[in-house]
Amino acid sequence: MKIWKYGDNINTDMLFPGKYTYTCSTADEIKPHLLEDLDPSFSKNVKKGDILVTGKNFGCGSSREQPVIGLKAVGIKAIVAESYARIFYRAAINQGLILIECPEAVKAFSEGDHIELDIDNGKIIVGENKFSFPKLPKEILAIRDAGGLLAYTRSKLKKK
Amino acid sequence: MDMTFVEKLLAEYSDNKDVIPGQIVTVHPDHLLTHDNTAAIIQKITNELKEYGVHSKSLSIIVLDHVIPAASEKTAVNHKVIRDFVRTYDIKNFFDVGVGVCHQIVVEKGFALPGKIILGSDSHTCSYGAIGAFSSGIDRTEAASLMLTGETWLKVPNSIKINLQGKLQFGLSAKDMILHIIGDISASGANYCSVEYHGDVGQLSLDDRFTIANMGVEMGAKNAVFLVDDITTNYLNSIGISRSSYKPVFPDKNALYSKELEYNLSEIEPMVACPHSVDNVKPVSDIAGLDIQQCLIGTCTNGRLSDLRIVAQILKNKKIHPDTRLLILPASKNIYEGALKEGIIETLVRAGGIILPPGCGPCLGAHQGVLAPGERCLSTANRNFKGRMGCKEAEIYLASPATVAASAIYGKIIDPRKEMKK
Ligand code: SF4
Repeated sequence: MKIWKYGDNINTDMLFPGKYTYTCSTADEIKPHLLEDLDPSFSKNVKKGDILVTGKNFGCGSSREQPVIGLKAVGIKAIVAESYARIFYRAAINQGLILIECPEAVKAFSEGDHIELDIDNGKIIVGENKFSFPKLPKEILAIRDAGGLLAYTRSKLKKK
Repeated sequence: MDMTFVEKLLAEYSDNKDVIPGQIVTVHPDHLLTHDNTAAIIQKITNELKEYGVHSKSLSIIVLDHVIPAASEKTAVNHKVIRDFVRTYDIKNFFDVGVGVCHQIVVEKGFALPGKIILGSDSHTCSYGAIGAFSSGIDRTEAASLMLTGETWLKVPNSIKINLQGKLQFGLSAKDMILHIIGDISASGANYCSVEYHGDVGQLSLDDRFTIANMGVEMGAKNAVFLVDDITTNYLNSIGISRSSYKPVFPDKNALYSKELEYNLSEIEPMVACPHSVDNVKPVSDIAGLDIQQCLIGTCTNGRLSDLRIVAQILKNKKIHPDTRLLILPASKNIYEGALKEGIIETLVRAGGIILPPGCGPCLGAHQGVLAPGERCLSTANRNFKGRMGCKEAEIYLASPATVAASAIYGKIIDPRKEMKK
């Protein structure tokens, strides 16, 4: 498992350039361009189970769910950030990509540290240090547990 | 309990007596905005649409603006798919290529009303706070779900009160003011929050408020709002909407704000956001003289008639510098027509400007003015992220229409005040 570390204010254009937004929408079209302007090595080397550790305001900028779909599709286990931009946060909930907001854990992380996650219990271990993060509200867990927003909506429509 | 603007509005929409920050509520927004991304949105729910149809024919507002006219076969097919959807499901509020930038259309056609909720699959949906609406950006999947169900959840945000004091000086604009504020607050300074503008807001026209609310998302805000006053009601009157057709929401006197900030507008100078983040803001005087290869005037931030008037005043009987290009995008067909009538277009074309169709143009880097490596663009848009205008080795600087127009004459970034008549 590799940990990809990036800084503050990583915006949607760095995660997935705007010029592709009307030509790429499926996971396969998105994958080669993931993080293209931030870290060209990412899309070639990322593996299932990898974790992203980033600073403040991750995903700021446009309403752009391609990076979320792409990160989910390449198998990113979770993103651990100091904070997220809100549209990105919502998009991640809607796609079932796991986001952890834990500034202490990000600050404690240094190159080479191992990270262990216990998502259901809100625990994260970085190297030798243990941190906790708040559980998601039940309304949001319901969406995640259904397998994302569209699956959730489908089951609601069926019940009607 | 005393509540802020957003608390009061979300309480009403969720049938709660009161709400508190952090609470999750279910709401039925009045409108859902989507644009060229509508094709990708409806492709997610092809089967559900067949089975259940759309929740409401009048919920959606669809505007084709991002890549217009189509730049490739793929974008042309996108547009076609959207037109077919509009026809099949009898979508009431559809605006085809050439009508304008989506946010301008929502305001211009009277969809944005005080006290309403509008969500949109575009981050600058926050613009309608200019009219006293609650509006915010969502993603494509959520837009798809809203088309089917008409409802979604919102977390009640904390509120920040920004108190504007004093008067903007000659030659200064709402753009300089909002760049100054974002430079101070930072790109994440209002994350998840509802921003309310208070104080000496009477000097800000509806266009000014639009520019300021539009950039709310650049400080991370969920929404940014001006409370309804005569300027709002006069504007709505001017587009044929009477005072009796909406119900403004005002915060209570003792509402609780998570932060209160004050800015003295009389101290603000012409400002520029430097690469590659919107909060990297400096006074123009700090970087004056920097050469620029492309100037862009327009977008949902600054493509209104009042902006074009200032630009035309500065460029009247002048020529742009031969080492730079000037692209101009009226934000809507209406604005384009107004500019034609006032002779603005003639002035701009004579000065060497290239008029692009009302839409997003090069703002998102897909077409119509993509930059080359090493080039610099001075733009009135709202975002200067690396790669935003199609090339990651190019630089984007953001400024007011006056600064961009004056700089076009010299091919260098300059303080516009010396080119303006009092
Ligand atoms: S003009 Fe630019 S910022 Fe505005 S909606 Fe279009 S692409 Fe987005």
